[in-house]
Amino acid sequence: MAGITPGESRQRELWRRLDTVMDPELDESVVAMGFVESATVATDGRVAVAFRLPTYWCSPNFAFLMLEDLRDALTGLSWAPQFQLTLRDHLMGEEINAALAAGQSFDEIVGRLAPDADIRGLRETFSMKAFKRRQEAVLLAARASGIADAAILRLTCAELGTLEAPVARYLAALAARFPDHHAGASAFVTWEGAALRADDLPRYMAALRSVRINMEFSGALCRGLRESRYHEVVRGEDGEPTLADFVLGRAGVSEMQEQGRR
Amino acid sequence: MFKTPDGKEIFVVDGHTHFWDGSPENQRNIHGKQFIECFYGYHTALSPKEQLWAKEKFERYTADDLYHDLFIDGPDDVAIVQSTYLKDFYKKGFNTIERNFEVAQRCPERFIVNGAFDPRDGEKAIEYIHFMKETYDIKGVKMYTAEWNGASRGWKLTDPAAYRCFELCEKLGIRNIHVHKGPTITPLTRDAFDVADVDDAATDFQGLNWIVEHCGLPRLDDFCWIAVQESNVYGGLAVALPFIHSRPRYFAEVISELLFWLGPDRILFGSDYAIWTPRWLVERFWSFELPEDIAKERGVQLTPEIKEKILGLNAARLYDIDVAAKRASLARAPLSIAAE
Repeated sequence: MAGITPGESRQRELWRRLDTVMDPELDESVVAMGFVESATVATDGRVAVAFRLPTYWCSPNFAFLMLEDLRDALTGLSWAPQFQLTLRDHLMGEEINAALAAGQSFDEIVGRLAPDADIRGLRETFSMKAFKRRQEAVLLAARASGIADAAILRLTCAELGTLEAPVARYLAALAARFPDHHAGASAFVTWEGAALRADDLPRYMAALRSVRINMEFSGALCRGLRESRYHEVVRGEDGEPTLADFVLGRAGVSEMQEQGRR
Repeated sequence: MFKTPDGKEIFVVDGHTHFWDGSPENQRNIHGKQFIECFYGYHTALSPKEQLWAKEKFERYTADDLYHDLFIDGPDDVAIVQSTYLKDFYKKGFNTIERNFEVAQRCPERFIVNGAFDPRDGEKAIEYIHFMKETYDIKGVKMYTAEWNGASRGWKLTDPAAYRCFELCEKLGIRNIHVHKGPTITPLTRDAFDVADVDDAATDFQGLNWIVEHCGLPRLDDFCWIAVQESNVYGGLAVALPFIHSRPRYFAEVISELLFWLGPDRILFGSDYAIWTPRWLVERFWSFELPEDIAKERGVQLTPEIKEKILGLNAARLYDIDVAAKRASLARAPLSIAAE
């Protein structure tokens, strides 16, 4: 892989940045969901990103959150380029794109287009749901590995590392919620910061499960609808890797060469 | 009627069906185009491959298609056909009560035609409810709270204008209020499919049955919480059930939650035809078994008796269908259509 050109390097950085943006309702990367239709870097460094959602009717409030994060991600690019961010095929597309092009802040945009919307409150709600879903994944993994409930609740953050689960994602959510939470502290606390009791764990797990059920419903629908709308194979169990997957190192070089031969 | 592999005859009431016209000729604007495309997206996203329709057929299918898919190839004994007007999107409306009543005329015994009204129309809504009762003797209505109406992008069941309408429904014996509570889409400024308003409406109108279509997904927990406290709240399985094909384990979790919170007497089958056809849904549902760990976790069962309730007996109770009498009369007049 010698001889990466500056253009390729910028392209990689761009996709990596975009991949940090989550669909807040699903807690999945907008790149993995296929919402980034295109992301290009011109020879003069200027960036153009086209963003799309699974349906014309997708909640504009959710679009606001993702576009705000996308804009932050683009602002953080190392070569500080001019960029154009466009929302495609959406009910509110025209108004939102005009506001984006005019460089309005999201508070201004939301204030004008959705004066009743509580976008900050919505963000908080989604952060809570993502926290709970990530926590459930780790708790289930701990149970599956045979640890008793009482012992699970005694695990510290540092001790989670051995589990087969997306521990890093959970710890990131935990750190975002409780910046002072240290590695030696209990790994499992409620969103409100309370300790968990073993005898209360079944009830607590049921509540986490219902959060996941709702999020999975939305995630499955979004994937299916997007696939249907844009007639593309969604990357999944049998999906083919996309350019972004190569850039982000999710797919191997051999697959890339294989695809290049087609 | 659905015949099980061991020969038992199961009475099927399909609680949620449509006879729409979403064709380009009927589309008023881009929204009409995008609306039917979104439906088609649901169809293609969750149907087994062999059940997929061409877009043109999906936009506007015939009355014969409907009879065939519901009653001849399909297992429905009775279909509840819901009305959704969407006149801001479609010139003649999407599926109006007139259109539904007409399709029901060929075999009226097999249809329950539900109406619809928009409380934001004020006095006109009141008059329209009277009209529907007198003309079509409706027993239920479908409420679509995210419908556009002029500058308005949605309404709530608890709006005072809506309460006036529900008072009239109760008085006239229109007892079954189907409420669409589904995935989050527009309107812009609030979540019109938030289920919280069902809680208040169901408390304030104990004489009405509140059937929450799509179980409020993706707000299943909110919905279940409300349903536990309000015994006149029911869950419609449309949209949840097709997951039985693509994600059976996920469907098991959803139905287990419903069984745990609502119990087996308040869950209703609905195909959401023509988004999905009832035959494959009923076949899969009948042969479906809860994975042991999920059943154990929630302490619920999905026995043949419970499936029979969900597939028809629960809805029959809401719509005063005498199952034995209906079975006998349907058997005396077998359905046939020329278009084969």
